[in-house]
Amino acid sequence: MSRAARVLAPLAILLALLGAWELYALYGGVDRLILPAPHEVAQSLWTDRTLLWDNLRVTAGEVLLGIVAAGGAGFICALALHLSLALRRSTYPLLVASQTIPIPLIAPLLVVWLGFGLGPKLVIIGLISFFPIVVTTLDALSRVDREQINLLRTLDASRWRILRHVELPAALPGLLSGAKVAVAVAVIGAVFAEVFGGSSSGLGNVVQYAIPNLRTDRAYAAVLILSAFAIALFGLLTLAERWLVPWAHNPPGGNTR
Amino acid sequence: MDGVRVDGVERVFRVRGRRSGEVVALRGMSLRAAPGEIVAVVGASGCGKSTLLELICGLQQPDAGSVAADPAVLMPQRDLLLPWASALDNAALALRVRGVPAGKARIEAVPWFDRFGLGGFEHARPAELSGGMRQRVAFVRTLLAGKPVLALDEPFAALDALTRQEMQGWLARTLAEEPRTVVLVTHDVEEAVVLADRVVVMSPRPGRAVAELDVRVPRPRHRTDADVVALRERALQALGAPA
Repeated sequence: MSRAARVLAPLAILLALLGAWELYALYGGVDRLILPAPHEVAQSLWTDRTLLWDNLRVTAGEVLLGIVAAGGAGFICALALHLSLALRRSTYPLLVASQTIPIPLIAPLLVVWLGFGLGPKLVIIGLISFFPIVVTTLDALSRVDREQINLLRTLDASRWRILRHVELPAALPGLLSGAKVAVAVAVIGAVFAEVFGGSSSGLGNVVQYAIPNLRTDRAYAAVLILSAFAIALFGLLTLAERWLVPWAHNPPGGNTR
Repeated sequence: MDGVRVDGVERVFRVRGRRSGEVVALRGMSLRAAPGEIVAVVGASGCGKSTLLELICGLQQPDAGSVAADPAVLMPQRDLLLPWASALDNAALALRVRGVPAGKARIEAVPWFDRFGLGGFEHARPAELSGGMRQRVAFVRTLLAGKPVLALDEPFAALDALTRQEMQGWLARTLAEEPRTVVLVTHDVEEAVVLADRVVVMSPRPGRAVAELDVRVPRPRHRTDADVVALRERALQALGAPA
């Protein structure tokens, strides 16, 4: 693909989507309070910019902290599951189950436990983004070549040294792909956390109060900013991958049979 | 020092989805490698050659018979270099995993790089090296393990024909300078005859030694030497290949 096409193709798709949305909002017979037109959303982006910016800072802080916490906890959890078959058998299903808990159900409980501050929001974001990180890290750990481990054993490597020299570095690409999946869900998690976790600020909060105030355009503007934020985080993680694990895109272990 | 002594070994694997439920990899397998001797083991694919090496390295235990061997290090067909580490750190891994600090391990590995024609590539990543170079790095790692026995599992099978010939010549010279007890598993009969003091021919599964050829051909050997060609034919016959 030429350089121009690489820039123009996504731009054309974006414009086509916006155009279709605009036409549907104007002529589709839908109430503008249910679906605002893109030009109204753009207007809100500009006139509400201070409000949106201040609340983005709150939500972005929650998401970043939540991802970091989930990354750390997820990595440790994946390691523990990798090292202990008994633990994996007994708690992996519970991890899957943890993803089916609806946020509105546990939010009040978290508020009772942790108050109205950052605590319950971090737990909710962490809970949602933790799962993809555990799964991809654990997969990366278990994909380490059996023969590689055998080779290290004939070099008299202890379990700990195999972990330190081979398995931990091999898990890093898994951690990063998990984090890439997690950024998108963490943003949704933040919105839920603000709506159900008793919050007075953040873009989730903006969305929640814009709708009863007949400011759907503002709600859409907030969502648009959240999407842009998620895309930016995803991009940053892709760059981090290139810097931290450049080898991950070559087949491991060299020539194969 | 005993070298390697494998006596009447049997090794059975349970296999799901097979009617009998098990595969006999080795049965009545015996092998002897005197200290400093290079023994090549040839046989068809799946005759239990790799299992034999894992037994010698202590990675598996025999179901019957006995295995006694000096400490052995495995060198598999794939180089298994760590893609994130430099060539030097990959070679030094043999020392690092025994707790030698990074700096000291590197200093010990460096002289081998010059000796093996890898000088200047110490800081290259494995992906930047050719197949032959990667295999030499893997061999430095194997030697740095400091074990008297080398268990080489088809070390050159993944290389192209030309590189493989080069590497065989290189290995022969290296082993002349750095004598070790070597058990070299290969399906390349020519490679076995060019490199080994003795060639052991294995039967198809369940694998056992069915013939043994002494290779009394002066070194350096070439694949076109009349003696090498004659021995190769004998080994092929023992393998049951059509003449």
